[in-house]
Amino acid sequence: MAEFPFYFFAFLTVLAAAGVVVNRNAVNAALCLLLSFMGMAALFVLLEAYFLAVLQVLVYAGAVAVLFLFVIMLFDVKGGDPRKPYQKVAAVSGLLALALLITGVLSLAKHSQLTAAAPVTTTVVGSDLKDYGYLLFTKYLLPVEMTGFLLLIAMLGVAMLGRKQGKETGASIQEAGGGRPETGGRRLETGDRRDSLSESRVP
Amino acid sequence: MIFSLSSSIFHFPLALAVTSLPAEVGINHYLLLSALLFAIGFFGVLLRRNTLVVYLCLELMLSASTLAAVAFSRFNGTMDGNIFVFFIITVAAAEVAVGLAIIVALFRLRHTVQLEELTALKH
Repeated sequence: MAEFPFYFFAFLTVLAAAGVVVNRNAVNAALCLLLSFMGMAALFVLLEAYFLAVLQVLVYAGAVAVLFLFVIMLFDVKGGDPRKPYQKVAAVSGLLALALLITGVLSLAKHSQLTAAAPVTTTVVGSDLKDYGYLLFTKYLLPVEMTGFLLLIAMLGVAMLGRKQGKETGASIQEAGGGRPETGGRRLETGDRRDSLSESRVP
Repeated sequence: MIFSLSSSIFHFPLALAVTSLPAEVGINHYLLLSALLFAIGFFGVLLRRNTLVVYLCLELMLSASTLAAVAFSRFNGTMDGNIFVFFIITVAAAEVAVGLAIIVALFRLRHTVQLEELTALKH
């Protein structure tokens, strides 16, 4: 029964993915996504990509899903989607998704060199961390640098996006306070002070 | 699953197919699973109205594509697919951080995350 783990985890992953789509509660959807990521990590183990399985659990299940849960709970939106059934949208989107799936399966069927290559079990790669390290520092050195730069930019972007609201209200107070000098001036001053404080902290 | 069954019968002698089919989980199984997950995620993106759930489904689609990449890498015996998945996971983490920050900023501005209420460009 060598194929049993594959079918088990594939079934689990697909079921959890369906749970993401059909759950009306956003928290439940995020938890289903977590389960789906775990199932996919198990599939990575079956594909003998152990490092990627660990990475999937750490990054996707550990960081991404938890970040989603934080934001969902931060918003405190009740009930998720409204009760209003949108059958037309559901039918159209279901048809489109089905068309996408059929196109994928048909393209798989047409290019049948994949089926010829399928039963050839090659030597196991990707199970050794040394391979990752070697390739990342030789062949893929430039992408590693670019990814590092991307992470830096993402961090700066998130900091900017989190800060932007305070800055904008400061600007709107500044505009609104132009008409009223005595109260507006004080608010502008406090706004400016806060702005300079945060700016001195960020860089 | 039905497709992969019939195609491997088509490609190999019947006796070999019958004996080797149940034990063999080939690349087509993984690719079909990846396509199925991608289609489910696509369905969710089209169907759902909550911005956060749409984003969850986008993550699902991205993750499904990584499954295909790992399967290709495994059955080709090369390392490059795995390295690409490594980069994809990194980029996905950065993308989620930025996207959620945008959604939080949107929520602060509009006090809603429902897509049908975010119609500023329509009017």
